Amino acid sequence: MRLMPWLHCLRGVVGRELLRFLHQRSRFLAALVRPLVWLFVFAAGFRMALGVAMTEPYQTYILYEVYIVPGLVGMIQLFNGMQSSLSMVYDREMGSMRVLLVSPFPRWYLLVCKLLASTLVSVVQVYVFLAIAGWYGIQAPLAGYLWILPALLVSGCMVGALGLLLSTFVRQLENFAGIMNFVIFPMFFLSSALYPLWRLREGSHLVYQIAALNPFTHAVEMIRFALYERVNGEAILISVTVTLVLLGLAILGYNPSRGLMARKGGAGD
Amino acid sequence: MSDVSAHDGGEPALEVRELSFAYAGTPVLDAVSLAIAAGEFAVLLGPNGAGKTTLFSLITRLHDRRRGEIRIGGFDVRRQAVQAHARIGVVFQQPTLDLDLNVAQNLAYHGALHGMGPGEARRRGEAQLTRVGLAELRRRRVRRLSGGQRRRVEIARGLLHEPRLLLLDEPTVGLDVASRRDLVEHAHRLCAEEGVAVLWATHLIDEVRPGDRVLVLHRGRLLADSTAEALTARLGVATLGEAFDRLVGEDAPCV
Repeated sequence: MRLMPWLHCLRGVVGRELLRFLHQRSRFLAALVRPLVWLFVFAAGFRMALGVAMTEPYQTYILYEVYIVPGLVGMIQLFNGMQSSLSMVYDREMGSMRVLLVSPFPRWYLLVCKLLASTLVSVVQVYVFLAIAGWYGIQAPLAGYLWILPALLVSGCMVGALGLLLSTFVRQLENFAGIMNFVIFPMFFLSSALYPLWRLREGSHLVYQIAALNPFTHAVEMIRFALYERVNGEAILISVTVTLVLLGLAILGYNPSRGLMARKGGAGD
Repeated sequence: MSDVSAHDGGEPALEVRELSFAYAGTPVLDAVSLAIAAGEFAVLLGPNGAGKTTLFSLITRLHDRRRGEIRIGGFDVRRQAVQAHARIGVVFQQPTLDLDLNVAQNLAYHGALHGMGPGEARRRGEAQLTRVGLAELRRRRVRRLSGGQRRRVEIARGLLHEPRLLLLDEPTVGLDVASRRDLVEHAHRLCAEEGVAVLWATHLIDEVRPGDRVLVLHRGRLLADSTAEALTARLGVATLGEAFDRLVGEDAPCV
């Protein structure tokens, strides 16, 4: 089979996603303001209360703002992944999902293209956020900014695949509020994004156990280590595995004969 | 109707055999069989809820938990999905253009989804836009187009990959009389000049023109399949409207 048409398909889907993102300036602004508020307000306020003792991968004692940055990077991707899940529901209601799915390319490939497209959008957001954080004074080694790129692709695909999977369950747009409450908040708060796991364990053993099982914790740790030019093999392994499993389930969910699409039937008529 | 009929080895552009589909236990389509030759214009006439959109969803394989067989140009939509899909162009009932992108960007996206490079998509896009009379608007955002113009862009998009079968699902919804007439005429020209087979779903009887083949779908069953003239003659009535009322009963009149 010739390769070029496949690449054109990927380029088309990614290009459309980026163009749409550029046109939605308010979405871009919201995606940036959210983590920046956490960084400037929440973290700055907690700096006094919460010094973070030496913990991997950091070489010294660090300020709380420094600790929280990788978690906020994960938060950007988490919100973006869920937002793209929202846009899948929206797309399906508006019918443009149909345009994607009547392409002659196999459905799994179309969904992978869609996933990569939303991940790249989140990577753009992350780098803009890191640039602002750097200007504010929270800097990682220069090479770290390159190291995190593959980590961001994995974590972006992980939350994106989760979003895809959710979009097969969610039928209406209004359900995004439900996703916020039942997916984004628990995943974010019950993870190592805001506090190191050892500190969570001091507070509550149950919370610690949930956070240790939360795949988002491992995505954040993967990013955290990469930012300081370190490899956290366990986090990478878990993140990649979870991504593949979620993606497989999402593809199954969009299978026309077996998945949930079939059960829902067509809109209209 | 044109005499072009030898595409894809003389296979019908669309062949549906004994197609049945149930949604949540309720039958939506019941043993529907039909065939449309290359270059043929067929109107799928049925009241709302007759199963028209479901039929289209099954042909385009948006879902396919069903019984029966569907072939596009001889290719089975399940087993030879790639070849079958490449031969279908669709204009969906709901608008599906990206409103914030311009006309050319929308077409380029569709071209990419069919594996075309940017240059090829642009060339074909320009040709199709010229055909629907929108060449000078290719840089305009879709949001700023009228309803009729948007529909024409969707038709241009549906034809970008040169399908042998064009499905239109109530394409005139929300359009004024002049735009509707233009669209019907345009679709007929496509059949005559390009040999594209067109299946035009509607609940509007006045969109049927003399000589058109009419397929009457009601409650998931195909009640008639002949030209409008043959249908009225068979039922001994004066107009297609009366023929339709006779077929589906008074409970679901078309307008």
